Amino acid sequence: MARAPGKSFLGRFGVHIAVAAFVILWTIPTLGILVSSLRYKDQIVASGWWTALTTASHTDAGRLGGAADQVEKDGKFLIMGNLFGAGDSRTLTAFGIKAQAPAEFPAGSVADLGDGVTLQVNNDGSYVMSSPVAFEGDRARRVYYAASIPPNFTAENYKTVLLSEGIGRSFINSLTVTVPATIIPILIAAFAAYALAWMRFPGRALLIATVIGLLVVPLQMSLIPLLKMYNGVGAFFGVPAKTYLGIWLAHTGFGLPFAIYLLRSYIAGLPREIMESARIDGASDFEIFVKIVLPLSFPVLASFAIFQFLWVWNDLLVAMVFLRTDADQMVLTARLNNLLGSRGGNWEILTTSAFVTILVPLAVFFSLQRYFVRGLLAGSVKGG
Amino acid sequence: MADLTLRNVKKAYGNLNILHGIDLDIKSGEFIVFVGPSGCGKSTLLRTIAGLEDITGGTLQIAGETVNDVPPSKRGIAMVFQSYALYPHMTVYDNMAFGMKIARESKAEIDRRVRQAAEILQLTKYLERLPKALSGGQRQRVAIGRAIVRNPKVFLFDEPLSNLDAALRVATRIEIAKLKESMPNTTMVYVTHDQVEAMTLADRIVVLKDGRVEQVGTPMELYRNPGNLFVAQFIGSPAMNILPAKIEQAGPRTTVSHVGDRKVEVPIASPAGTAGAKISFGVRPEDLYIANGGDFLFEGVVDYVEQLGEVQLVYLELGHTSQPLVAKLPGNAVVKRGTVLRLAADADNLHIFDESGSSFARNSADAAVAA
Repeated sequence: MARAPGKSFLGRFGVHIAVAAFVILWTIPTLGILVSSLRYKDQIVASGWWTALTTASHTDAGRLGGAADQVEKDGKFLIMGNLFGAGDSRTLTAFGIKAQAPAEFPAGSVADLGDGVTLQVNNDGSYVMSSPVAFEGDRARRVYYAASIPPNFTAENYKTVLLSEGIGRSFINSLTVTVPATIIPILIAAFAAYALAWMRFPGRALLIATVIGLLVVPLQMSLIPLLKMYNGVGAFFGVPAKTYLGIWLAHTGFGLPFAIYLLRSYIAGLPREIMESARIDGASDFEIFVKIVLPLSFPVLASFAIFQFLWVWNDLLVAMVFLRTDADQMVLTARLNNLLGSRGGNWEILTTSAFVTILVPLAVFFSLQRYFVRGLLAGSVKGG
Repeated sequence: MADLTLRNVKKAYGNLNILHGIDLDIKSGEFIVFVGPSGCGKSTLLRTIAGLEDITGGTLQIAGETVNDVPPSKRGIAMVFQSYALYPHMTVYDNMAFGMKIARESKAEIDRRVRQAAEILQLTKYLERLPKALSGGQRQRVAIGRAIVRNPKVFLFDEPLSNLDAALRVATRIEIAKLKESMPNTTMVYVTHDQVEAMTLADRIVVLKDGRVEQVGTPMELYRNPGNLFVAQFIGSPAMNILPAKIEQAGPRTTVSHVGDRKVEVPIASPAGTAGAKISFGVRPEDLYIANGGDFLFEGVVDYVEQLGEVQLVYLELGHTSQPLVAKLPGNAVVKRGTVLRLAADADNLHIFDESGSSFARNSADAAVAA
């Protein structure tokens, strides 16, 4: 069943290429956002996120200690110290004394500087320069070295974003909007779908046609009339204009036609005999719905839940219209939009906020992906 | 106790009439089989009895009570579907217990009856399984078990064996027959298009065609004395040979002439004045035998032979009819294609039908030999 449409080698090859292309297109930017969000601010500015994953190598210059630092030991004069500061995670791989050859000597080896002067620089940046005669002059010697930097990540950005940029609060706001706006339409649509699929009543065909017709109503067209209507009704009951209840109802309304359409086609495909058998067993329509239809419809319910959840979670337009823009009600998408304006240069803030935003859709998708595919096939392929 | 009475039962979908007024009396404890070709309305009739379809006319009584508007669950019936219709998300136990749970029976009572039914059907060790983990035959037994648990007055079977393979079909058929024996007071109504199931299981068979009852009778009545051409050809395999014929002499015994002007005296009465009427003359393939001596009924060239081992089906070209005559002869008889064969039949086994297709009533059992 899961065979590629083209049976020829070329056909299959094309499908594999296409799938691979989609996977790459989808995964690479996501990974980029994740990696960037874990890097330090100055790293993001200095290099691309892909360099952060591997150990990078760079060359640098430093100065050794001057004559004032020398100590006499066993008849030799030594200058000792460390090229790296404390807490530096770099590893020195080679050093040199001329700018033209910054990595002339491997780390740990002893370089001969002439006149019996030697220099040894170790991995950790510590060095020993020794001379048979005392060093003179104030000018410290310049050395060059190659050092490797290990991958270096931080969770600092997440702390910043969640606690001081308001993303944490917006995350909770988004959940407050999304969870009821997913559950309410499922509950309503499941009942409606069963009735439209299996119960006989006058006007059923007209209702189905209406639902199908509502599928094509553009959201933008109905948005403002809907808000005015809601405000009118709200004013009548003394409810403030912009509340969570309002956006739940709006999302429910916009989601219902598709929900009913999807669920009805699936529920109508359940075997008639099972319902009839239940009727003979004495079950009422409500009992058939609860005990037979709902358990058997779980795949399509899950699939619609994914659709609706992702759509509401990613929605900006409805949230802008139906919710206030203060911290109490601002959802993630709106907050992200705000940050883009106020912190446009702060990539570490933006990528971290973006990743927090896609975290939930990712989790939903990966945990329910088998229903996602099954639901898409619902109604078109039996037993899909 | 659970007589089933149908009076002028009609069913129509809009202008399309499916059942044209069915009258039927089913006695308590009878095993009735509805049989007929596809689309004859037999399943619809069963579903109206079950209450899954409303009837558009007439009355339907179960145990003396009119149930036209009674919902299925209150009619005291249980139904076994062709597709089993098990609840796929419930275990065998829950499938059988579902109806009683809906009826809020006590747990102990549910358990007792489910286990009893499982015992009868040898399903005890499968009680905790889901239907998808069962074979076709086991699923069908669960469906029957679900019906038994309801303790119904009337059992309804809608082609229960159609989804099983041939061997399992025979085994399950015998199980159903035994089930019926163990429940002598339960009325069973069984729909099938398979005449073997009808013949083997039924106390009485109802033959349906185009929403009308063609004939009701015991299997042997239908076989021996079919009421009309349709029943004659529907019951029995291969179908009865029907040939055009003419009444030569009417009376208590009728003389007819058929293919090649051969005359034969049939021990069936025909009303006076029907001499010269065109009729149909029928004889079953299994009633024909190779004629020895001068007396024969048919003479023709062997067109084709189907050897089945035990018997062989011989197709005889009579020359005057477009359809070949089929004879079921013993498998060891020597019959060669292209040779001329003469066949005879006992006069008792001959049938005649008038022009409208109704059979002439067989008056007595007095035997005669083919002329």
